Formats: sequence, structure tokens, C-alpha cells
Amino acid sequence: MNSVDWGWIPDHARDLTILALDHMATAGPAVLFGLLIAVPLAVVAHRVRALRGLLLGISSILYTIPSLALFVLLLPITGLTRTTAIVGLTAYTLCVLIRNTVEGLDAVPAHAREASVAMGSSRTRTLLTVELPLALPVIMAGVRVATVMSISLVSVASYIGYGGLGQLFTDGFQRNFTTPVWAGVALTLLLALVADALLVAIQWLCTPWQRGHAARTSAGKAA
Amino acid sequence: MWELLKNLADWLTSGDEWSGTAGIATRLLEHTQYSLLSTLIAALIALPIGLLIGHTGRGAFLAINLASFGRALPTVGLITLVFLVSGLSMWPVYISLVALAVPVIVTNTYAGMAAVSPEVKDAAAGQGLTGWQVLWKVEVPLALPLIMTGIRLAVVQVIATATIAAYVSFGGLGRYVFDGLAQRDLVQVLGGAVLVAVLAIAVDLALGGVGACLSGLAGSRAAQHAPSPHGAPGQVAPPHDR
Repeated sequence: MNSVDWGWIPDHARDLTILALDHMATAGPAVLFGLLIAVPLAVVAHRVRALRGLLLGISSILYTIPSLALFVLLLPITGLTRTTAIVGLTAYTLCVLIRNTVEGLDAVPAHAREASVAMGSSRTRTLLTVELPLALPVIMAGVRVATVMSISLVSVASYIGYGGLGQLFTDGFQRNFTTPVWAGVALTLLLALVADALLVAIQWLCTPWQRGHAARTSAGKAA
Repeated sequence: MWELLKNLADWLTSGDEWSGTAGIATRLLEHTQYSLLSTLIAALIALPIGLLIGHTGRGAFLAINLASFGRALPTVGLITLVFLVSGLSMWPVYISLVALAVPVIVTNTYAGMAAVSPEVKDAAAGQGLTGWQVLWKVEVPLALPLIMTGIRLAVVQVIATATIAAYVSFGGLGRYVFDGLAQRDLVQVLGGAVLVAVLAIAVDLALGGVGACLSGLAGSRAAQHAPSPHGAPGQVAPPHDR
């Protein structure tokens, strides 16, 4: 059965909503935890040159592990729980989040940093009130990529039962029925689109000084 | 934990595991073939698009947004869909891996082209170079480091994801992950994962070497005269606003 059975979708609207919410309950925390881990590590990598290569290297190696294998390997530690899915996805976000945060901090003009220090701010205060805000556009570009990537990767976790919309792929595959697979792909894209739009809105609200040319720069940076 | 690592070492170094038509050597070769062919096809599609929008500056907004949209495409869903529609063939594997690589290469190629400073392009045009010459002699050499970064990122992602070929009954290193999962054999899963990671890192380093050589060749001609936009993803200097 290869044509889409349109009647199936409204019949399963409730299930689809639950799966979509479930999807975000895995992807959302993964990006949040990724950010909580990546920003401090990136600050260290930015300040201590010797550790930069090491941190970026480790996060790149994590990125090369096949996601399914990572979930399976986490099973003995975290079991068949949502934690397994979240930990796995968090590991993948680190690569892009650490890299972008370090690069954002590197790109802060020296005069801004020096002016803050000259005004008597401590290093921590300079970091929190000058460096991180100025690095925000580059960091947010990373958050956007990490979010879209996580939303797309959640489906792999359906092998351990926390795949959100990915359950629809397994379901369609087993029943040789394409409609749930189409629905799953379309809803995943929709979730990514909505999440990305929300992040753009958050960035716009957080960086009032960027308005006017934010759209142009962030488009170029979303590598 | 220690036991697991010991078994893994035994598995990875056993001659029996490496030989034969279902041995590690065969799987490694299959995996490399799927990955490199997919990345090559993706590059043939993505490079012209990236270069075109970078050179003309037209359609960039649309292309970049489509590319970031393309990243959201779940590979498992895509491969399942193509599999259900096309039946048992290599199409599902190649289509889903190419779809994974294209957005990354387009975005980075465009970013590299956008980072070439307008003055350099104006100067080249002012010296009487045609649009093609500006593209090939000025823009491409200067954008090369970022273009290569895109290809490397794509290839790493494709190699990690090519495990999925085993999901639709083909070979590659994914066989160990899927078979190990089915047989509750953690050593096999771990072995497969290690081999994939090692392959990804090796190909990445090899391409890094190729990129450095290419940049060296191009650099002796053009790159010295302008700030080189070298670096990694997301590191793109914003187009200058003046």
C-alpha cells in the first residue's frame, strides 16, 4: 500500500499529538543540557589554549559514533529510559555547541573586553555582561543547528522506545504502510521549523543591538 | 567494564572476524563505498548550488533556509519511506545519505563564498576578469577552506549514518550494530561503533590533508592577497556591514 491514506491522519490526531510532544520531551532537554555543558567547557577552551584542541577533539569524536550504537551502548548504564535518549542526543549537540561558543567568544572585539576590564569589572563579570552577550549570535547559530539536528535524530531512539515521532517509522516499516511514515517525516520537519522560528524570535529579543542586520549575519553563520 | 573492553579487543584483533565475505574487511569496504559514493553524489549536487548562490548572491536566503530545513529531515524516516516505495534496492540507502550530505555542503560552500570580501572581487573584475574567471581564480580558491570543511563535516555525518544500510538488509559496519542489538551481543555493537568512528576520523583526516594541499596550491596564487576565511563550521566571519 503505497498511496497515502488521508483518512488515517485525522483518525490518529490524538496519537500524533502525543508522539510530537514526546518527541520534544526528548529533543528539548538534550539541547538544554548540551548548552549547560558546552558553555562552561567553551569558556575554558577559549581561555586555556592548551585545552582547546583536546575539548574540540573529544566532542568531534563523540560526533562520529553512530547514534544507534551510542544508544545501545548507554543501555547497560541508563537502561530503557528516556535518560538514555537524552544523554545520547546531548553528546551529539556538544560538538557544534562547544565549537560555536568558542568561536563566538574568539570573535568578541578586544576593545570591548578591555573597556570592561578598564572599568573595573572582574573577569566573571566581563564574561557574563560583555563577552557572552556579544558572542550570542554565533552561539545561537549553533543552538539552532543543534536543535534541528536533535529533532531529526530523536527518531533513532525509537529502537529503545523513546523515538517520539520515530515510532511511526518503525510502525510503517513493520506493516508496510507508508502513511504513518509520511506523517512522521512531515511532523518532524514541522517541529524543527517551529523550534527554529522560536529560537530566531528568542535571539531577536535577546540582542536588541543586532536588529536590522541580524537576519543577514545569522543566515551566513548557520553552517 | 574491563571484561567488555577485553572482549572488544579480542573481537577487533581476531583473524576470523576480519576474513570472509561477512568479515570486518568486507563490511569496512562496503561501508566506505556507501559513504564515499553518497558524499560524491551530494558534492556534485551541492557544490554547483553553493557556488551559484554565492557568486550571484541570488536565492541565498531561500537556499540557506531550505538547507537548514533539509537538516531536519529524519534519515530513518526517509530510508523507510524510500524502502517502502522502491522495494529492496540500494536506492533507500543512497537517497537518504545524499539527502543528509547536501544541506551541509551547500551551507558551507555558500558561507565560504559569502566570506570573500567584496573588494577582492571588485579588484579582480576591475582588472578585466570575466565572471567565470572571478569565480574560479578568486572566489573558489578563497572559499576553499570552508568548502572543504563542509565536505568533511558531510562525510563524517554520512559515515556515522551509513550504519542505517543494515536496517534495510544491506551490509556495511551497521551489520554489527543491528545484529549485535538483535543478538544482545554488546561486544559486536561496540566493535561496530568503534570501527565506524575510526573510519570517520581517518577519512576526515585524509580529506583535511587533501584540503591543506589544495589550499596550498591555490594559496600560492590568490589567497595571500586577501584575508583567508579559514576555519570550521559556524566560524564564518559575518559579511561585512559597512
